[in-house]
Amino acid sequence: MSTGNIQDFLGNIAEIGPMYPFVGWEWLFTLLCFVFWIGWHSWQIRHESREFREEAENYISKEILERVSDREAADPDVH
Amino acid sequence: MANELTALSTIFTEFYYWVTVVFMFLIHVGFCIYEVGVSRRKNHMHTLMKNTMIVPLVTVTFYLFGWWIYSAFPNGPFIIGDLVEAPWATPWSELMGSHMGGVPASAGLTADDTASWARLNGVLWAAFLLFSWTAASIVSGACIERIRSNAFWILAVLIGSVMWIIDAAWGWHPQGWMVQILGYHDAYASGVIHAIAGGFALGILVVLGPRIGRFREDGSPRVIPQHNPWLTTVGLFLIYTGFWGFYAACNIPILDVQQGDGIFFSATNIYLVPTTLSAITFNFLMSLAGGLMAGYIVSKGDAFWTYSSGLAGIIAASAGNDLYHPIQAMFIAAAGVVFMYKMHHWVEQKFKIDDAVGAVAVHGYAGFFGVCIAGFVLWGYPSSPNPEYAVITPWGQIAGAIIMFWVLGFAPAFLVAKLLAKLNMLRIPMEIELVGLDVALEIKAEIAAKDLIGAEREKAAAIGID
Repeated sequence: MSTGNIQDFLGNIAEIGPMYPFVGWEWLFTLLCFVFWIGWHSWQIRHESREFREEAENYISKEILERVSDREAADPDVH
Repeated sequence: MANELTALSTIFTEFYYWVTVVFMFLIHVGFCIYEVGVSRRKNHMHTLMKNTMIVPLVTVTFYLFGWWIYSAFPNGPFIIGDLVEAPWATPWSELMGSHMGGVPASAGLTADDTASWARLNGVLWAAFLLFSWTAASIVSGACIERIRSNAFWILAVLIGSVMWIIDAAWGWHPQGWMVQILGYHDAYASGVIHAIAGGFALGILVVLGPRIGRFREDGSPRVIPQHNPWLTTVGLFLIYTGFWGFYAACNIPILDVQQGDGIFFSATNIYLVPTTLSAITFNFLMSLAGGLMAGYIVSKGDAFWTYSSGLAGIIAASAGNDLYHPIQAMFIAAAGVVFMYKMHHWVEQKFKIDDAVGAVAVHGYAGFFGVCIAGFVLWGYPSSPNPEYAVITPWGQIAGAIIMFWVLGFAPAFLVAKLLAKLNMLRIPMEIELVGLDVALEIKAEIAAKDLIGAEREKAAAIGID
């Protein structure tokens, strides 16, 4: 059993072509890569919206806003 | 590679680009550090992640279609010709993976293509990819502290893997239609990276709007202080350092440039016109010097603008830095810095544009200036070794600058940002902007710290330490 085209490196090196496993399945790799990319954005968009909703529900208050504002007023930058 | 000369020149070229990629990685490190230094404490982690995720997203999409666009679009397509066949650059090509250059398995690949691209495809892809990260990262800084990450990452893919690489195919390719018809010359990417990225950032900012509190009711801007000027300093120094790799990657290191009989090996610029690394070293440093000196004067010694002006100076001279005299490069850099600084403050006041890091100015205005000025200073120079192509002219360069900044930069960003805004996907909710994007992280960290301290105190009490 071998996943690639290479059995050894004893012959003429100049004749060796693709070296990765499963040569001939590049279309499938591309399709999977495309799905992974689009799927990532899709998940991230939903995740970020959910995160903002939860933050707005749980972490937004006058007290927190004042704390952040006080910190910025006291320490606007680090010199 | 049947003989030693071919092997040496090919493997040297392969190694050369590989090294430029390592250097250019520092640009991204610099941008990340710089943005975090500029952002306020309440937004640090989101600012960092927003820039960091450019790396994987632009990489994957540049693999899927960006690299193919560069090789397939020099004619437009349909401006002066059709799509160009580029079988080595499709994501399903066997040459987009490990390969020794032997007999091609895929239809459409010639033996010659296979032998050379097997060695150079990955490193050239990576060199262009690092430019892509840079383009997206330039845009990132401008819109910190109020853009949604999801919107930014869609826009990052658009600039990094589509728009800039279209402009590279048009104006930064030996057979690009802008080179052929306009005589467009932009050796170190004043326009093809910087003007387009600056224009793209401006297109987003117009739709996104300023951060809360950035402008007073009378329209005058308030200062939003940097969190950490030392981080911004280190970040900008790293960007300077990475810029060396950027300049080197704009060259082809060794090529027989002799037309007709004879052989003459030289480095060339991207248009295959002979140049030397020595020439660009003179000009890189002299334009850095001109930018820093002019920036210090116009900003009256302001550190943020002086550092940024060093970068803007290089960018302003970059279009012609393969051909300028070093002292010309210095004065062009200085003039570009005065232009970008004045433009930044005029646009800020007039249109209420909140460009948090000055990216539109440093990259966009300085890049635009650099492309235009090259048309005057290099007027009549050949744009290419091909004598049938147009020569460099002011009108060719001005048209090129408009295409870069407005047509391929500003317009698509403005339209996509409008669409994202309509879908309520562009700007973070106002209440989150007020308390900061890291509010949940900070509160969770506080709770975790209190929990840990409580556990430690219990343990201390148990062993008799009060």
